[in-house]
Amino acid sequence: MGFLDIKQATKSYGSLRVLHETDISIEEGEFLVLVGPSGCGKSTLLNMIAGLEDITSGEIAIKGKSMNGVKPADRNIAMVFQSYALYPNMTVSGNISFGMEMHGIAKPEREKRIGQVADLLQISHLLDRKPGQLSGGQRQRVAMGRALVREPDVFLFDEPLSNLDAKLRVDMRTEIKKLHQKLGTTIVYVTHDQIEALTLSTRIAVMFGGYVQQLGTPKEIYDNPANMFVAGFMGSPSMNLFPAKVVSADSKPAAEVTLADGKKAAIPFASDALSSSIGRDIILGIRPEAITDRDGADRNSRAVHLVEAPVEVTEPAGSDTFVVSQIGGKDVTGRFRADVAVKAGDVFPFAFNMEKAVAFDPKTENRIA
Amino acid sequence: MSTMSRSSSLRPARVILYLLLALFCIYYLLPLYVMVVNSLKPLSEITSGGMMSLPKQWTIAPWESAWSTAQVGVEATGLKPYFLNSIIMVVPAVALSTLVGALNGYVLTKWTFRGATILFGLLLFGCFIPFQMVLIPMARMLGLMGLAGTVPGLIFVHFVYGIGFSTLYFRNYYAAFPTELVRAAQIDGAGFFRIFWRILLPSSGPIAVVCVIWQFTNIWNDFLFGASFSDFDSQPMTVALNNLVQSSTGVKEYNVHFAGAIMAALPTLLVYIVAGRYFVRGLMAGSVKG
Amino acid sequence: MSLSETANPRGSVVDRLRDALPKLVLSPTIAIVAIFVYGFIAFTLYLSFTDSRILPSFGWVGWHNYENLFRIRAWDTAVSNLVVFGVLYITICCVLGLLLAILLDQKIRAEGFIRTIYLYPMALSFIVTGIAWKWFLDPGIGIEAVVRGWGWETFTFNWIKDRNFAIYTIVIAAVWQTSGFVMAMFLAGLRGIDSEMMKAAQIDGASTFALYRRIVIPQLRPAFMSAFVVLAHMAIKSYDLVIALTGGGPGTATEVPATFMYSYTFTRNQMGIGAASAVIMLMTIAAIIVPYLWSELREKK
Repeated sequence: MGFLDIKQATKSYGSLRVLHETDISIEEGEFLVLVGPSGCGKSTLLNMIAGLEDITSGEIAIKGKSMNGVKPADRNIAMVFQSYALYPNMTVSGNISFGMEMHGIAKPEREKRIGQVADLLQISHLLDRKPGQLSGGQRQRVAMGRALVREPDVFLFDEPLSNLDAKLRVDMRTEIKKLHQKLGTTIVYVTHDQIEALTLSTRIAVMFGGYVQQLGTPKEIYDNPANMFVAGFMGSPSMNLFPAKVVSADSKPAAEVTLADGKKAAIPFASDALSSSIGRDIILGIRPEAITDRDGADRNSRAVHLVEAPVEVTEPAGSDTFVVSQIGGKDVTGRFRADVAVKAGDVFPFAFNMEKAVAFDPKTENRIA
Repeated sequence: MSTMSRSSSLRPARVILYLLLALFCIYYLLPLYVMVVNSLKPLSEITSGGMMSLPKQWTIAPWESAWSTAQVGVEATGLKPYFLNSIIMVVPAVALSTLVGALNGYVLTKWTFRGATILFGLLLFGCFIPFQMVLIPMARMLGLMGLAGTVPGLIFVHFVYGIGFSTLYFRNYYAAFPTELVRAAQIDGAGFFRIFWRILLPSSGPIAVVCVIWQFTNIWNDFLFGASFSDFDSQPMTVALNNLVQSSTGVKEYNVHFAGAIMAALPTLLVYIVAGRYFVRGLMAGSVKG
Repeated sequence: MSLSETANPRGSVVDRLRDALPKLVLSPTIAIVAIFVYGFIAFTLYLSFTDSRILPSFGWVGWHNYENLFRIRAWDTAVSNLVVFGVLYITICCVLGLLLAILLDQKIRAEGFIRTIYLYPMALSFIVTGIAWKWFLDPGIGIEAVVRGWGWETFTFNWIKDRNFAIYTIVIAAVWQTSGFVMAMFLAGLRGIDSEMMKAAQIDGASTFALYRRIVIPQLRPAFMSAFVVLAHMAIKSYDLVIALTGGGPGTATEVPATFMYSYTFTRNQMGIGAASAVIMLMTIAAIIVPYLWSELREKK
């Protein structure tokens, strides 16, 4: 039994099921990120944890106590909303103290706690202002202050950074991470931004179509995606996915692919996992940073293989140059060092680090190796 | 939208444009001018074909007469008691319908339930029905309630048929009010009424003004309900004014009629001048939404 | 985890009351609308099939009142007056309102002030409007007398006393009162049109006239729809203005359904026929309003 347990929880609107049976168990102090495209059910799940939406079936429990039918106010949770949801008619300190006031906390205690939180978030000078007079970043801090001051069991964040500009978003991301490390609170955080998910979380639940596709640490999710959806969704630029056929080369399994000039190439796998699947069609998945120029390849890898392929486009991005070739009819991007002399039209050796390659079943889209 | 960005080179067109606009100003102001100048001159100046001219002899006697001595119906009381009737009628009716409308709008947007839209549609349709359809049963109902021919009866009628529009205003306003704020307040532990009172109501100033002005204008200007459900001593201003003007006994005192008409128009006109922006918003919200 | 804790929280009376609170708050309104709108509609509908005279009575007479209604000359007059009035009123208001809106949309100085003048009649009671125009149009003291006073002795403008023309005086007064409102609706529509599209059209070489005819006015369709619905429903309901301006006269020359209903029900003691006429008014308005509300509320979803 964890600190926050989601057991077989589902949500339906009429006959439309938006969240299928979901099981997640969160330990105290964990930072769980629910990530997925819009409509995947992540916000619904968060609202169910908050008690803002009823659970159709199953159970959600905090500290071993069932929360089904318990009012949001009585769950000892706090929530930071996407729009911050600051009460426009109250000052910053009014906003922070409102929840305590509703819970009947005496005024001296409220003021003490407001002071502490304001110090922590460096918003002491803003306490008498109205939300309308604050910048986006300041509102964000106030919203967090309002949540922190409650000293809840669980913090819920609903896309809290998506209304900030790019620079501020990165700063606030760091700030949230620091805060989590400092306070050791339990957090459930919803976002559609996979980078946020990877940087912030201790564990990630990738969601799509009302299902949790994969639940794991950021590294597990990134390196060993459970299926093609997770592989494509997490990471930027996203993982290359292209058709290949398992063949036998020197009695070891290899992936045979078709290059843009019609030639075929067989790239040996790093492991023997697919040795019983010779002849099978697969989707090969390999991240851009595992396709490099020869000298840029990972020196620790024992499975780097060169493939001479025609270059279609090069995209210099400052620190790296992305080089695109067509393999099996799909654009495949490699991440080359910036100073490599390569241009469109060349036939150039691409170094595939097969230790990082994964294989999917084209029909079920699940990972098979 | 700027379609005349080269306006300076189109001088003659601009002149014609302003001329046209001025002409229409005269068209709209003319009846008001007629009412004002003729309420300030002796009757003889009107009957001798001087309706359009300024008074030769200025007088406020028609105003005094219209206010306190003119014959309205059978008694020579002037319009004063009826003006007061209208005020006593308007204030509670406006307050009640606005309050109920605000609560309805709150429930219909923030505590919505299956069938809420249909319910709202039915409510809204009630705003547009010809009130001839309810005159007969309402007369009976007021009789049963002991309110026939009284000002409280009129208050009740205006309250009942004012709910639709006030709900419309608040519903559309609260629909744009971030639901996340309500959720945040729920998590903070505020209940149904507390959220309304502390979170929504303090932000409802503009729409409350719109609603109050709309209801005030409508109820003050109503004639049909006033004519149908009032007695001699509970008549609202519009009905009394009409009686004053249509009464066939004696000489027609046009100047007194005009003075009375301005009196009946003054409250709504004042509101319009002071808060015209809100009045127009109300008109718009009643027709085109969003 | 104990199951008893799962089952309990919704149990208490207070909690259940709290959950029902929103609906409880709405319930008086629901009751009021059910009784005073739909109940009353049903009651009047029922009366229209009875032999009610001075007071409601419940002797069923079937379609008798409706058959009678359409045989009454005054009803005939009322309906044809409504058609004439409605068509002219809506057309003139729309044309005038659109014209004024376009004129005001040319970056006019003092636009706010002018708009205030165009719109103020909307704040007045129809009774006030009626009285102002009644005496202004009165041949004895009004415009006719004034023009004659200026020396044009044969000038005649006595529509308000003329059976064939009196209905047009109601159009004049009603247009005066509402055209500013229609102007405001169109102006809001004009302001809602994407200004970049206007710039694009200007770059395409459209003249101001072509710009309005080809680009702007077609986009005002929603505003036209709203204006039509509002004006049509006001036309059918118009009662106060007729009473104040002409009292339905001369004779029954300016009788409209609303005045007909009132006089048959309350002064001629033909309540059944009055109810039948009210039902027909309701049906006409419903035919206009219901599709409109339907589309407006569906869009919202």
